[in-house]
Amino acid sequence: MAQLSFGQAVNNALDLAMSMDESIFLAGEGIGVSIHYDPNMPSHGLLEKYGPKRVKDTPVSEAAIAGLAVGASCMGLRPVVEIMFLPFITLATDMLVNHAGKLRYLSGGKSTFPLTVRVKAGVNFAAGCQHSHNLEAWLAHSPGLKVVFPSTPEDAKGLLLSAIFDPNPVIVIEEMGLYWGKGEVPEGDYRVPIGKARIAMPGKDCTLVCYGGATVTALEAAAILSKENIFLEIIDLRSLVPLDRDCLLNSVKKTGRLVVLHDATKFGGFGAEIAAIVAEDAFKFLKAPIKRVAAPDIPVPFSPTQEKFYKPSARMVVDAVKSITG
Amino acid sequence: MEPQLNLVRLKTMYEKMVLIRKFEERIIELVQEQGRIPGMQILANGQEAVAVGIIESLNAEDVIVSNHRSHGHLLAKGADPKYLMAEIMGKSGGVNKGKSGTLHLAVPEVNALMTSTVVGAGPPLAAGAAFAQQYRDEPNITVVFFGDGAAAEGSVHEAMNLAALWKLPLLFVCENNCWAGAQSYSQHCSIGNIAQRGIAYDMPGEYVDGNDVEKVYDLAVSMTDYCRKGKGPALIEAKTYRMRGHGENDHQHYVDKEELVFWTKKCPIGNLKEKMLKEGLITEDELQVVETVSKAIVDEAVAFADESPFPYAEEALDDVWVK
Ligand SMILES: Cc1ncc(C[n+]2csc(CCOP(=O)(O)OP(=O)(O)O)c2C)c(N)n1
Ligand SMILES: [Mg+2]
Repeated sequence: MAQLSFGQAVNNALDLAMSMDESIFLAGEGIGVSIHYDPNMPSHGLLEKYGPKRVKDTPVSEAAIAGLAVGASCMGLRPVVEIMFLPFITLATDMLVNHAGKLRYLSGGKSTFPLTVRVKAGVNFAAGCQHSHNLEAWLAHSPGLKVVFPSTPEDAKGLLLSAIFDPNPVIVIEEMGLYWGKGEVPEGDYRVPIGKARIAMPGKDCTLVCYGGATVTALEAAAILSKENIFLEIIDLRSLVPLDRDCLLNSVKKTGRLVVLHDATKFGGFGAEIAAIVAEDAFKFLKAPIKRVAAPDIPVPFSPTQEKFYKPSARMVVDAVKSITG
Repeated sequence: MEPQLNLVRLKTMYEKMVLIRKFEERIIELVQEQGRIPGMQILANGQEAVAVGIIESLNAEDVIVSNHRSHGHLLAKGADPKYLMAEIMGKSGGVNKGKSGTLHLAVPEVNALMTSTVVGAGPPLAAGAAFAQQYRDEPNITVVFFGDGAAAEGSVHEAMNLAALWKLPLLFVCENNCWAGAQSYSQHCSIGNIAQRGIAYDMPGEYVDGNDVEKVYDLAVSMTDYCRKGKGPALIEAKTYRMRGHGENDHQHYVDKEELVFWTKKCPIGNLKEKMLKEGLITEDELQVVETVSKAIVDEAVAFADESPFPYAEEALDDVWVK
């Protein structure tokens, strides 16, 4: 075990993967030379180590970056490309949604696309709505794409390594605000299976489902609630597609209550899918209505007072839980 | 044009460049006073002559579309520094009520119609604005500012082809400041001059020293005249430099210090000032007045922004839809 920041854990996974497999290359805007000089940045030092053949700074061209990954992966390389911020994935979505996710199917299973797209997300930089916009539900709604969204340094490493060596297209969403936070990270080729959720905290009273940065909010809420003798079982999904239905359903069967939390907007959000699955498959175990805690259905505002208002807080989680456990 | 008129215009352009510089220098100070300004600040320090030279050739009714490096464009177009500063500080008195901050400042009341921080989004948006002008037989044109980095986005190529095909009254202004993030021009662009792209779309394309406001203005006059006559779009590439790095959190560890020294000597404001003094076009006293006036304008803007409260949290819910 080593103490690594989230960003270093991602860096460690990229480094290890590249050292293990020559067919892996990195591409993205500022992936080699970045305006930031910070070891907590995921690709820090990799250009120096692996050279410009394998670490490719690209023009500002998201469609070309994603297309590059699709084409090169179809030829047998393992591209790991970066789209700088989640809202800019809109420019890459034709290549990802219509091609990465569909070309294998269209080939009748002949072609494979072992590509990884890393993308940064977050709603706490006062950057406004064109830099902050959690679009994970869009991606999860597109057949053929796997989507993972880790919340700890350990999972950041383990899921990225699994993503890179997965024979399918995987989108890895990284919560930028977590880059600097440290945690224990296993050394070597450590993999976290894609499609397995993690019980971040066991509890008996209410299941709280979350992922990515919202996991931090969930843990804060659990600490507040435990003082009032309400014990949350926190499920950190880690992987949105494929989804660990068993973990979700087993927990709800035990607690009888469900709150879903995400930083993305509520309407049509990923929480709706979680709620629907539980309503369909564990209805008779529910002792109370399902609650969703999510952002209001507006773009992310810039002003700090309003950005704070936008982002779901531990207080909101506490209130939602109390409304169904009282 | 009469020499007298020329001189008046030159002094106006000088004043505007100084105002932009002082406005952004104040932002730097506010950033350094922790907490005064939220988010990252992206400044056009060193690029003032492009904004001012181009916009000086426009009428008030002409439209501009801007990008993440917008302060100069907006001030040159006549946006009120008070409301800009308040917006940049996230205050309710800001030009966009605190919803935008620095990155997407739009001031439609002065025809600074739209601003996008999504690189390469401006040109298609501007094609739409120019289409509306053509559709209504207006005599006005649209100008879109975008970076050398943006020129690599597919959206920019699509907009150029469409505008040329439909002969839209649209002037593309590429501010080539030698960098896109930490990638230098030659690391992200395959051709020597982005102006050459004009040939590909059958529109005039010319480059100009973007640090020489007179040259920028002269080329803008002939290009806007072309667009206004209904001949179609045109492309100007203004060669300039991003003096403070990508944003205020960029310490330019990857930039050759000699390159910075070279461009510091090409300061668009300093050089114009020297030239005007040498040729006896302006006196030291007049220069002092320009400094004092622009400082007062910026002081007033900051005072206004300081007094303006932060918006109420719940007001975040407003302005999504027309009610
Ligand atoms: C679609 C998109 N991709 C990436 C970014 C991140 N980004 C912001 S500015 C920038 C560089 C743009 O370079 P250029 O167009 O030359 O403008 P400059 O910053 O030099 O003024 C990048 C990559 C973005 N805002 N939008
Ligand atoms: Mg540039």
